Amino acid sequence: MSLIQLKPQTAPAASGKSHLKQATQGHRFDAELVAVTKRYGTGPAAVADISLRIPRGSYCCLLGPSGCGKSTTLRMLAGHEDVSEGAILIHGEEVTHKLPVDRGTSMMFQDYALFPHLSCLDNVAFSLKVRGVATRERRAQARQYLELVQMDHLADRLPNQLSGGQQQRVALARSLITRPKVLLLDEPLSALDPFLRVKMRSELKRIQKELGISFIHVTHSQDEALALSDMIVVMNDAKIMQAAPVREVFETPTNAFVARFLGGQNVLNSNGREVSVRTDRCRLGHATGLRSVEGQIAMIEYQGNIVRITLQTPLGDEMTVLQSDTDYFAQNPQIGDTAMMSWQASDEHILAPT
Amino acid sequence: MKLSPKAVSLLQIAPMGIIFAAMVLVPLVIIFVVSFLDYDFAQVFPEIYLGSWKDVFTSQLTLNLYETTFKFVAIVWVVTFTLGFSIAYFLVFHVRSMQVRLMLLAAIAIPFWTSGPIRAVAWVPLLGREGLVNQALLGLGIVTEPVSWLMYSEFAILIAYIHLLTMPMVITISNSMMKVPRSIIQAAQDAGASEFQIIREIILPLARPGIAIGTIFVVTAVMGDFFIVKTMSGGQVNTATMAIVTELNAFQYPPAAAKSVLMLAIVLGLVAILLRFADIRKELTK
Repeated sequence: MSLIQLKPQTAPAASGKSHLKQATQGHRFDAELVAVTKRYGTGPAAVADISLRIPRGSYCCLLGPSGCGKSTTLRMLAGHEDVSEGAILIHGEEVTHKLPVDRGTSMMFQDYALFPHLSCLDNVAFSLKVRGVATRERRAQARQYLELVQMDHLADRLPNQLSGGQQQRVALARSLITRPKVLLLDEPLSALDPFLRVKMRSELKRIQKELGISFIHVTHSQDEALALSDMIVVMNDAKIMQAAPVREVFETPTNAFVARFLGGQNVLNSNGREVSVRTDRCRLGHATGLRSVEGQIAMIEYQGNIVRITLQTPLGDEMTVLQSDTDYFAQNPQIGDTAMMSWQASDEHILAPT
Repeated sequence: MKLSPKAVSLLQIAPMGIIFAAMVLVPLVIIFVVSFLDYDFAQVFPEIYLGSWKDVFTSQLTLNLYETTFKFVAIVWVVTFTLGFSIAYFLVFHVRSMQVRLMLLAAIAIPFWTSGPIRAVAWVPLLGREGLVNQALLGLGIVTEPVSWLMYSEFAILIAYIHLLTMPMVITISNSMMKVPRSIIQAAQDAGASEFQIIREIILPLARPGIAIGTIFVVTAVMGDFFIVKTMSGGQVNTATMAIVTELNAFQYPPAAAKSVLMLAIVLGLVAILLRFADIRKELTK
């Protein structure tokens, strides 16, 4: 089956209704949040006045510590959570108060949420069944989606006869068969072992590229977000800290929280300003013209081609130096040594106060 | 002296085994044997007599008794299942606060702290000739003389059974429903299923173990009961179990034994069928 067939259906190009087609095709953003707030009872907002635009065909990761509001944001997009204030748009169309099924979104749940009493094939065919598609036809279609996720050979198994990774694939197929405009993924990889996680994440990326729809993926793993995203949205404390293309977020974090949470950056004070410096641009030792800080080596982790050295400064901050193994063995520092960490002034990136 | 592991195991189950054998197996065997013996108005003779069994299967009177029993089982099951499923569905999927849910469950359960006889007798002031319902109907001018079939009738028996047995249905079904993860319901909503479709395609199949266990409660209770029949019908309605009690009171042990053995076989058969729908061990450990 050609994958073109799997792309979301666009409005039929009936004459006289071409303006409708325009409206569907002409949207600039797959999903938009406009000043969205979510409050439970009288407590502080779980999501506070966030606005976000996700360009067409993006792999977007919502990244943040637990309790930051990222899952709530996803559930509001899905329609499984009421919006207290603000609006949600999918493909330029307002869906704030629509039912999940009328939004063009589909959600992949953290626990997969497969129907335990139905075979894989019937799980995938479920949405066609409730729309009244005949058994033979819906099973044939479902089989095509199982092929897409390479699960057609286990079509007749029940979910509890499958491994976690296999259940995940079935859940993905079940979401995709509804031809969503946007696929929402709630920590989809967190229940998998590390090896499967890496395998599955490249699979997700491949399928997203093939279908050309937007995936919005909630995660608390920085590695996962960096590996997958076209766009990263870093959240903390019910607010968006930074929403930008992945490279921009990594290289020019807006504030110390983003720099620390994404990792790969040292956050330090330089001439009275808070700056970040990439750990791979820092080195041990000192030379004229470089800025530096003194500290005690607290930890050395040999990781093969690179070595991660952690310094504790007299103020108690932890600094990290990523060194090539050649440099490391040339210097051969030991845990407990006092050492200088230095960097070039041009590698400093000024952070906004949080 | 060291015992083999097998001997240790046997010793460990011995107390339970002895009690079970003495209290259940031996009496059952005796009942089974007695059902084949001859009798007169005062005693049982040690002579083989198949009349009791022949009666059970051929006497129109006895067959009518079983018919009444099965009719009660069927009606009570249908009503308690419909009520139990609806109430459990409301409690589990529509009541959002856990506190409110527990309060409502308590409201269902607390009346059952009073004893069965009291609850049965308590229907009289409500359904009797001079009862509340008749007073209201007369007062409103809906009837000109008291409705007599409200109390001491099959209707009264059914009311008492349904009142008594709806609770176990609610508890067992809601127990099964509470194990259905919310995400499964949301996934079904994402797929476009209506509330009715979610109930039919997802909740009903997943609540099957609870339905099966609740059904066992209801079936065994109705088939084994004679007290409610006696109290609520004022002795005007006879069921198979009532007949056993009557025969026991008349010292007609062999026919009572034959009916008991048959009743036991029927109940065990029904339970065996129902257990195919529910893995009780899994339900208890989960």
